[in-house]
Amino acid sequence: MNSEIAFHFLGVCIVAGPALLLALFGTTSLINKPLGERLIAQATQTVVVMGLFAAIAVLVLMLSLGKRYVPVEMGNWVVLPEQHFHFHLKFIFDRLSIPFCILSFILCGTVGAFASRYLHREPGYNRFFICYALFLLGMIVSSLAGTIETLFFGWELVGLSSALLVAFFHERLNPVRNGLRIWSIYRIADAAFLVAAIMLHHLTGAGDFAELMGTGSWPDGQASISEQHALFIGLLLLFAAAGKSALVPFSGWLPRAMEGPTPSSAVFYGSLSVHLGAYLLLRVSPILELSPLLSLAVILLGLVSAIYGTLVARVQTDIKSALAFASLTQVSIIVVEIGCGLRYIALIHIIGHACLRTLQLLRAPSLFHDYHSLENAIGAHLTQKPSLWVRIMPERYRVSLYRFELERGYLDMLCNRFIITPFVGLFRYCDSLESRWTNLISGEDQRESESVSPVSDSLEEN
Amino acid sequence: MLPELHLPWMEISVLITLLGSIWLKFTPDRDRAYKRCIRICTLTCLVTICGWIDFVSLKTFAASEPFSLFYRLFHKNLFVVDDLSAPLLPLAALLYLLTVLSTLKTKGHSFSFSNTLISEAILLSTLSSKEPWIIILLLSVATIPPLLEFRSNKRSSRVYVLHMGLFVLLLVAGGLLSSFKDQSGTLSLIAGALLTTAALLRNGIIPLHCWMTDLFDKITFGTALLFVTPMTGAYAILRLVFPIAPDWALQGIAIVSLITAVYAAGMALVQQEARRFFCYLFLSHSSLVLVGLEMATPLGLTGGLCVWISVGISLAGFALTLRSVEARTGRISLKTYHGLYEHTPTLAGLFLVTGLASIGFPGTLGFIGTELLIEGVIEIYPLVGTAVVIATALNSIAILQVYFRVFTGTHHSASISLRARVPEHVAILILVALVIGGGLYPQPGVISRNHAAIQLIQQRDEVFQENKVSVDYSLSEHKHHLKTSP
Repeated sequence: MNSEIAFHFLGVCIVAGPALLLALFGTTSLINKPLGERLIAQATQTVVVMGLFAAIAVLVLMLSLGKRYVPVEMGNWVVLPEQHFHFHLKFIFDRLSIPFCILSFILCGTVGAFASRYLHREPGYNRFFICYALFLLGMIVSSLAGTIETLFFGWELVGLSSALLVAFFHERLNPVRNGLRIWSIYRIADAAFLVAAIMLHHLTGAGDFAELMGTGSWPDGQASISEQHALFIGLLLLFAAAGKSALVPFSGWLPRAMEGPTPSSAVFYGSLSVHLGAYLLLRVSPILELSPLLSLAVILLGLVSAIYGTLVARVQTDIKSALAFASLTQVSIIVVEIGCGLRYIALIHIIGHACLRTLQLLRAPSLFHDYHSLENAIGAHLTQKPSLWVRIMPERYRVSLYRFELERGYLDMLCNRFIITPFVGLFRYCDSLESRWTNLISGEDQRESESVSPVSDSLEEN
Repeated sequence: MLPELHLPWMEISVLITLLGSIWLKFTPDRDRAYKRCIRICTLTCLVTICGWIDFVSLKTFAASEPFSLFYRLFHKNLFVVDDLSAPLLPLAALLYLLTVLSTLKTKGHSFSFSNTLISEAILLSTLSSKEPWIIILLLSVATIPPLLEFRSNKRSSRVYVLHMGLFVLLLVAGGLLSSFKDQSGTLSLIAGALLTTAALLRNGIIPLHCWMTDLFDKITFGTALLFVTPMTGAYAILRLVFPIAPDWALQGIAIVSLITAVYAAGMALVQQEARRFFCYLFLSHSSLVLVGLEMATPLGLTGGLCVWISVGISLAGFALTLRSVEARTGRISLKTYHGLYEHTPTLAGLFLVTGLASIGFPGTLGFIGTELLIEGVIEIYPLVGTAVVIATALNSIAILQVYFRVFTGTHHSASISLRARVPEHVAILILVALVIGGGLYPQPGVISRNHAAIQLIQQRDEVFQENKVSVDYSLSEHKHHLKTSP
């Protein structure tokens, strides 16, 4: 009984900390009284340290009590008994969520400490930390989610904070455009997740992972749905994971994401956010086991993405993009491991890769400085030996492959040509038809407001 | 006999707005008119909130008004508050209050405070009435104030008049036909079809939606907003069509609404002017509300009613933010980037919060409603339900796209301060508080909407049961007549 109270208290501490941080930063900004830099940094540090120690305490307690699965019930957020609908708020501590939660706190803490100095006197300092708090909350909720709806909740928060941070330097056009592209891909992928979540809820009568994955803590659960349902829902979840982890065909957003400030690039696209798709697949791995076809799809997607990532990474001309594609390669290999059923290997791979990549990305801005110092010291450029491929591949193929790599597999171009352009074209055509129709009825131009140029002194509605 | 409220709250609120309107007619000074209008709207809002609290305290599904003036005149309870309308009344009054509060005083000549109060009186009367003919009459009268503004702005009102004329015609024809009792049911089916078409037209279903963009284009943002945001079309469907329409008809309406939701979401993505963008965004959301309402299942209907409230609050806040920005820069073109964040960071934040709330972002009022709605739709049409998700996704992309266009992308130079004024700030913050508060603690709201949904479905079942009994009776009469005839 005492251990239950302790677990509950620690669980609440872990989740409430980031929530309070977001509430503090968000409220003060909305009422136009933003906090100072020092206070923001201190609040962030306090919350991260408190959350990290609480998570470690949970781990120690679980190890000492020999528990492998600890649910922390927060009650029903919404319940409609007559319709058998309930939105259950539940967090779970098991062998998957605890490492991921601790990892999130450690990396977010590192990045928070780095950002508080890196962004010193930056006009968007406060804005950065609002998005940071949003991201931290999203990551913690996703990591500890005990129901699929709660996981979706966290998933969405991570998506929004990612898009806003890519557009952080928002007085420039490129970051904003890239932020919108990322948000668009996330939303399409999230739509698949939402449908999958609701289908699961519908099939099993609950969104609870314990109900979905049957008895036994992770990774020993047995899903209780049919193979066909597992295939359909699994494909939807794979689609969602591909969007979040930038697997093919969604890989185009990953280098675009590097438009954001270095700390956010590190925490999102190097370490945590990019692994969230893999985390989702790990969490629903009992569903993957039900359908060999689904496992095969996961392996194939991972393989294709890994090959794509490793090829494209080789020709990148800026360090952040090179690291982004290197990340993609590793994440794709993790997905292959999950498809093969190597869950612990995948989890260890995630933790190792996330830590390494975060430090690499944080180091990236000062790397060139050191590189140039080295070249100045030896008085020449550092030479690189051509790779094995360059030496054995005929030049004709090398050029073609190089172009393919330079164009990033033409993924963005294909997306623009076959999805965005036809879609926008269709609706623009509908819009022009509507315009002609209303002009015909009213006998005057209906769209003069579109040609009105903004005037600075307009305090009159027109 | 219905239980009675402690006071005739609805009549008092309508009376306050009507008397206030007359008072403002004789207030030539704009500043004074603005302040008086705020007082009147605040008082009306408080009265409707008291009415809601009173209704909740009675723990009943419907309640009539005591000491009713109308009852003395017509011997009929014209104002009845029930589970459906109880929260809609304070919501409508709040919407009017916040719109007036966030109106710049300089707009007194184009945004008529007096006409706004008349519109409010009509709206409150509509939402507290269950009598079909009263609803038809009030919905018809409600189309006049925007028309007056078209005329005063000297703009062509043909599109509006054509659509609203058809709307009134269909309403009246449907009302007339539904008052005839026929054994075959053909007349009531035609009446239902006419009323449905009218309500859908008022809601802006495609291809009868062009009046809405025309309205936003040609009259003040405030008036247009107050005309469409309360979603009286949806109210008309629930009161006039829902009880009599067969299941297949309701599901047909749901499909049409779903097509509108996706189409409008796509159109919102390609708009080049902010008001038109808002119009399509609203159209998409209101169509999603209709999808839920037409499911005729407790879950879908609860979802629809929840989304109705959340969309009403969040999109009102969103529009008021857009209006505040427009007040500073003139009509907002979406062809270019404006980079206003630096000058109006608070408005940017509020724009984002209210916009995201409208698409049911986690932690906001619309989240649970959207979940319920999608689950309700998937329950009946597993594959079609995904269209709701697609519409929501497209809307969210459109919202962020406009956020970036308006607030980012360039450096904006301004010669004067563009910061939000205190009343504007207060107005939008109230809506944000409702949006976030309702998102973090949704249970009471959802339960209340669930009660309303169950009530509506029960009423509908009763009507169908009565019809079935009367049809069975007439069939047995007919058989008896055949047997006894020589």
